[in-house]
Amino acid sequence: MAGRSRKYRVLIGKPGLDGHDRGAKILARALRDAGFEAVYTGIRRTADEIAAAAVQEDVSAVGLSSLSGAHLRLFPAVVEALKQRGAGDIPVLGGGVIPDEDLAALKQAGIVEVYTPGTPLAQVVEAFENACDRHQKGRSGK
Amino acid sequence: MAEHPKAREWEEKVLKKSLHRFPERKEKFTHHGGEEVPRVACPESIDAPYVEKLGFPGQYPFTRGVQPTMYRGRFWTMRQYAGFSNAAESNKRYRYLLEHGTTGLSVAFDLPTQIGYDSDDPMSVGEVGKVGVAIDSLADMEVLFDRIPLDTVSTSMTINASASVLLAMYVAVAEKQGVPGEKIQGTIQNDILKEYVARGTYIFPPRPSLRIITDIFQWCSKHTPAFNTISISGYHIREAGSTAVQEVAFTLANGIAYVQAALDAGMELDSFARRLSFFFNASSDLLEEVAKFRAARRLWARIMKERFSAAKPSSMMLRFHTQTAGNTLTAQQIDNNVVRVTLQALAAVLGGTQSLHTNSRDEALALPTEDSVRTALRTQQVIAYESGVGDSVDPLAGSYFIEQLTDGIEAQASELIDTIDRAGGVVAAIEDGFVQRQIENSAYDYQQEIERGERVVVGVNQFQTDEKVRPPLLRIDPEVERAQVQRLKALRESRDNGQVQAALAKLGEAARSEANLMPAILEAVRSYATLGEICRVMRDAFGEFRDAG
Repeated sequence: MAGRSRKYRVLIGKPGLDGHDRGAKILARALRDAGFEAVYTGIRRTADEIAAAAVQEDVSAVGLSSLSGAHLRLFPAVVEALKQRGAGDIPVLGGGVIPDEDLAALKQAGIVEVYTPGTPLAQVVEAFENACDRHQKGRSGK
Repeated sequence: MAEHPKAREWEEKVLKKSLHRFPERKEKFTHHGGEEVPRVACPESIDAPYVEKLGFPGQYPFTRGVQPTMYRGRFWTMRQYAGFSNAAESNKRYRYLLEHGTTGLSVAFDLPTQIGYDSDDPMSVGEVGKVGVAIDSLADMEVLFDRIPLDTVSTSMTINASASVLLAMYVAVAEKQGVPGEKIQGTIQNDILKEYVARGTYIFPPRPSLRIITDIFQWCSKHTPAFNTISISGYHIREAGSTAVQEVAFTLANGIAYVQAALDAGMELDSFARRLSFFFNASSDLLEEVAKFRAARRLWARIMKERFSAAKPSSMMLRFHTQTAGNTLTAQQIDNNVVRVTLQALAAVLGGTQSLHTNSRDEALALPTEDSVRTALRTQQVIAYESGVGDSVDPLAGSYFIEQLTDGIEAQASELIDTIDRAGGVVAAIEDGFVQRQIENSAYDYQQEIERGERVVVGVNQFQTDEKVRPPLLRIDPEVERAQVQRLKALRESRDNGQVQAALAKLGEAARSEANLMPAILEAVRSYATLGEICRVMRDAFGEFRDAG
């Protein structure tokens, strides 16, 4: 993480009605500690509200958290809402109580990484770093 | 033991009466070999500090428990929180649990129900039937309790912002079974303040929410006197990452706010205080948890007596439900979770809980399967029937370690409550974000300890194994949502919509006046107005709360 030339801005979002945001808040803070500018939406946001915030804040990646089992509906909806707003290039990462067997469907729907309970924070932070790097390269290549 | 006058007084006045009314489970409690287990072990000489700090079980300050004989009379209620997908499936699970020896029901509602949205609301997409059962109207509630006698089964409902509506539905179902309100037993969670700092199922801003809660207190004190009108919950505060001390302090601070709100509404303390109940977390630091429960009991007794001048002992008793700590469950090596739950459940029992939910081993992955739920219930049964820890009241009392820890937690929690008082009370402290920041800081520190390896989580940051076999998980069929939406559509077509509209209009008037809301909500529920329609009327009257993030 050291020696990064630019400070990335990321959004952590809580789609749907799930109020468990201990993980989302810890991750936002860990990202800040690692030098990111991390914006947290607060709980109970619609897919469109999250996409709008991502565009408005001009973020390089979006992280989504759901612990209520609604991830198969909600995460792809955010990817879709980003596309609708012409921001389909912003990578979306996900986390929460998510069974292994759902990983394929989520990746298929455009979620680049999915993390489940017990993942070291450093690993998630690194994934954000990589996703932001790729997003940055993609943009400068255009 | 009976030498000290206080001890003799307790035996003569409290214990004898209790034994007469509630005989113990056995005539004699013995170890293998016949040695008798003492009912309440006490120091050789009972002095004033002992009486002041610990006293005797069933007596102020209730450090040693709220009943004189505790589990020698009756075990705690084994109450497993359950409910998923639709009402019919949940009803099946409840009847299964009752057949397997569970002694009280605990209903989990899905998030739309908890937040006052119908299943066909755009906000509900993807969440219907996921973390609990979807209830849209009285028609669903009738199915949920089909063939479950509400005069004998006690039901706990985890419902907060929309508690008034679900309570009204429960009362209406009981009526249809021929069970009057006086006979129904159970608890609604109805603790909105902790929703703003953890858990998140609020609808309205804090102040109108407090009005709804006092309306419920008032209505229930007249119509459902055996129903616990609130379960003041530290559980979710702890799950959100607080320490044990913060859990006690914030929970009791919320309790103080509810008592004050009811007093401000003109209620008499002793008319509602005995129906206040609490809900705590049992985490893995076993001895700290035991001390926490004892400290919470003593501190609440003192608050009720000293701050609010409660007169009746029953108003000073902190009775509580416990759930083992969901956040300690790991997705890795899930069988280890059975051991964690055992330790946590043991802490709750040694701490004198009135009822207990034990988590299932697979809950870090999905909703629990039937097999996992059975193991969780069996865990409680092994503690109850095999371990013998319930044969003596408050068996850890008098341990230097436990008593020091109990004193320490009480003192620190009391200090934190003073801080909140100085900040203008807990509602102001929540509005200002003080409580939330405290919890977040504790959560972050804890996580950092795990990340640095200073705190070992078996199977996660040490003792990992390569797991090839995936456990079978419970899946909620997406069809559930579609079917529930269909069911709701059919209801809207078949009911008397004129009657629904009239009832909703009346509710709107009541919400804008000072009238108690419960009669109008009951009337709306009986007309088969939906939960979403009823909450929409209240949303329009009270406004909505939004998390700033």
